[in-house]
Amino acid sequence: MKEEDLKLQITGILKSSGKERKNLIPLLQEIQREFGYIPPEAMEEIGKFLGIAETTVYGVATFYNQFRFTPPGRHHIKVCLGTACHIKGGNIILEAWERKLNIKEGEVTPDRGFSLERVACVGCCALAPVSMVEDTVEGKETIEGTMMPTRVDGILLSFELEEKKKDKIKGEEE
Amino acid sequence: MTKSQIPIVKNFEMIRSQAEREWQALKIPEEPIIWIGTATCGRAAGALNTLQAIEEELAKGNIKAKIIHVGCMGHCYAEPMVTVAKPGYPPVCYGHVTPGVASSVIKNFLGGDDPCFEFLLGALEENPSIPTVFELPRFKHEFRSLLRNCGYINPEDIHQYIANGGYRGLVKALQLSPEQVIAEVKRSGLRGRGGAGFPTGRKWELCRKAKGNIRCIVGNADEGDPGAFMDRAILESDPHSVIEGMIIGGFAVGAHEGYIYVRAEYPLAVKRLRHALGQAEEIGLLGNNILSSGFDFHLELMQGASAFVCGEETALIASIEGKRGMPTPRPPYPAISGLFGQPTCINNVKSFASTSLILSQGAKLYADIGTKESKGTAVFALAGKVVNTGLVEVPMGTTLRELIFDVGGGIPKKRGFKAVQIGGPSGGCLPESKLNTPVDFASLTEAGAMMGSGGMVVLDEDNCMVDTARYFLEFTQKESCGKCTFCRLGTKQMLDILEDICRGNGSLEDIDLLVELGEDIKAGSLCNLGKTAPNPILTTIRYFREEYEAHIIEKRCPALVCKELIAYYILPDKCERSCDACVGSCPTEAVFTGKKRIKVIDQSKCVKCGSCVDACPPQYDAVVRISPVSQLPPSEPPPDKA
Repeated sequence: MKEEDLKLQITGILKSSGKERKNLIPLLQEIQREFGYIPPEAMEEIGKFLGIAETTVYGVATFYNQFRFTPPGRHHIKVCLGTACHIKGGNIILEAWERKLNIKEGEVTPDRGFSLERVACVGCCALAPVSMVEDTVEGKETIEGTMMPTRVDGILLSFELEEKKKDKIKGEEE
Repeated sequence: MTKSQIPIVKNFEMIRSQAEREWQALKIPEEPIIWIGTATCGRAAGALNTLQAIEEELAKGNIKAKIIHVGCMGHCYAEPMVTVAKPGYPPVCYGHVTPGVASSVIKNFLGGDDPCFEFLLGALEENPSIPTVFELPRFKHEFRSLLRNCGYINPEDIHQYIANGGYRGLVKALQLSPEQVIAEVKRSGLRGRGGAGFPTGRKWELCRKAKGNIRCIVGNADEGDPGAFMDRAILESDPHSVIEGMIIGGFAVGAHEGYIYVRAEYPLAVKRLRHALGQAEEIGLLGNNILSSGFDFHLELMQGASAFVCGEETALIASIEGKRGMPTPRPPYPAISGLFGQPTCINNVKSFASTSLILSQGAKLYADIGTKESKGTAVFALAGKVVNTGLVEVPMGTTLRELIFDVGGGIPKKRGFKAVQIGGPSGGCLPESKLNTPVDFASLTEAGAMMGSGGMVVLDEDNCMVDTARYFLEFTQKESCGKCTFCRLGTKQMLDILEDICRGNGSLEDIDLLVELGEDIKAGSLCNLGKTAPNPILTTIRYFREEYEAHIIEKRCPALVCKELIAYYILPDKCERSCDACVGSCPTEAVFTGKKRIKVIDQSKCVKCGSCVDACPPQYDAVVRISPVSQLPPSEPPPDKA
């Protein structure tokens, strides 16, 4: 995206908000919903809009775990490591994702297909261990209970098949 | 009744009679009704696929039925759950409803007249032919008051809440003076459900009497405690009970605006709450001049941004103000100077939901439940190594043993009970000898745990206590806001020591050092995150010291969990040889077929994920974990290294 377009979109989001400081976190959330992360330009614009220093915006944004500063992959995987997930082997699931995607927690695959994040608790403790798979393009989120390392393989395989199907349809159209 | 009170009752009666008519129509249905639990836990178990299967089967059989989405009944172990009411039959409830089961129930029960007893949990009404769910052990011990509506009403339909007694507490409150409302809450003996247990009535009184023109109400649903999901379930299943309680709170302390702070990790709770707020405003139960009483109250939803420390009240307030969520010293307490410097009444959402119940039923009825010091019921999120996971509500004073073994159904797979972790990262682990402790504020604190928000995770003999302590410390260490040195650096030091012990690099002095550091962190931290962070470590040392010593002296993990201290091994005489289950399950190709087709693990490739243990058929049971690693028998070298 060109820088002017990005700024234009950011100002569009800011327009509908009030100028009080209490709008800072909702604005950051709105920006992340729109872009999938918080671009540096947004922090600059929010600072100007609310009349606070850009560094203050950065300070608040980095304090909270919710905010990302790099774009996520097409599929964003959140692995729950709450207490119940931990005692039922959540770390084994996280390792399985890391091994299969060949990235560490907090990273994105080179083709931007997948990104991996560990979260504290998604509140589905009765179905531990849990992973969430977010389609960042379509904004859909599915939650997977009672995960196993083999289920990780299964989920990734289903994405692969889906891609192949799409490519095939594309090929036939051409 | 004075003249000004008449319109309040009259206005509400109009809404109520409409709501009750609609509810009665559901009770005596003309066409079948299907209720499906689509809270987050239902969805994780595949409720949306089940829903799709139901819709397809209805279309295929050309069957007319009404589908209603409900929240969570608390029986997460049986999710997805579906209830079916067919004219002529009592409403019946099914558990573990996979898409296949759903199709079969629709085809045979709605299409024919077979209620499919094999998938049935029970009927929801007394009747001569089908056993009811109330005969299940789980229902016998439970006492549902806060969760009374969860899973039974449609959370997106305010009329269903009203038809079941909803908003009656508010109507009653509006006819009293604020002081009378506070007195009623005080009489009930309600103590804060966020964990600390401060008397709610006293908090309200303090806030009402505080100097200031503008007051504020804040509902705390920042349920950051890993292993707890009570607030989520209530917000997803019965959001109006919280809204009603907050309006009552606003009326009592004299506030006209309120915020409800919900975790960002709960998107469905946010969605349903937002919908509920809109509905309450639409019919005049929220906003200006509520039910023509002259009382204005506005409620705003604020989403948290994932910071555990924001569950602490002063940090939560800073977060609403748009700042970093860092706690500030108390006093002044928020009731005196809170949000934007105004007197602020901040309560957990379960406390608010309780007040709507207290006002509608009367304080006496509430105070009759529970123990002398802890009134009412306690809601726990029962998870971990327990058969019937889910949300349970029991009267205060129930023992841990009853909770885990009678309500929870005990430990699965015939394993032995080891400990129960109560109160999340701030709580502690209690051993079997403490199972007769009653759940109330004082008894749990005395045993070394705490009531906390209500997370209860059961650990069995396959869980390592040192690893559990390390897990909690890793969490609090990451979530420490960094303000106090003791919390910021002390937890880091403790974590380093625990990691060393888990790797087999600890020394015996480390245990005493951990205790010493823990006591210092408790004394030197400002907020409850730091003050309670050492609890899981201190309680595990207090009750399970021998496990620490085994890690240090023998380099052995008794529960066979700590990776550096265990190795996987296939017993040659037990391996079936022609079976390849373990080979196929290994994600790193560490298992190979050796001489005589006996399977062998290449230790250099093994990542210790345990897949082979799960894959090995139980009748062979050939894969074992060995600790310490020095006891691993020599085995055949892999073909590429032979």
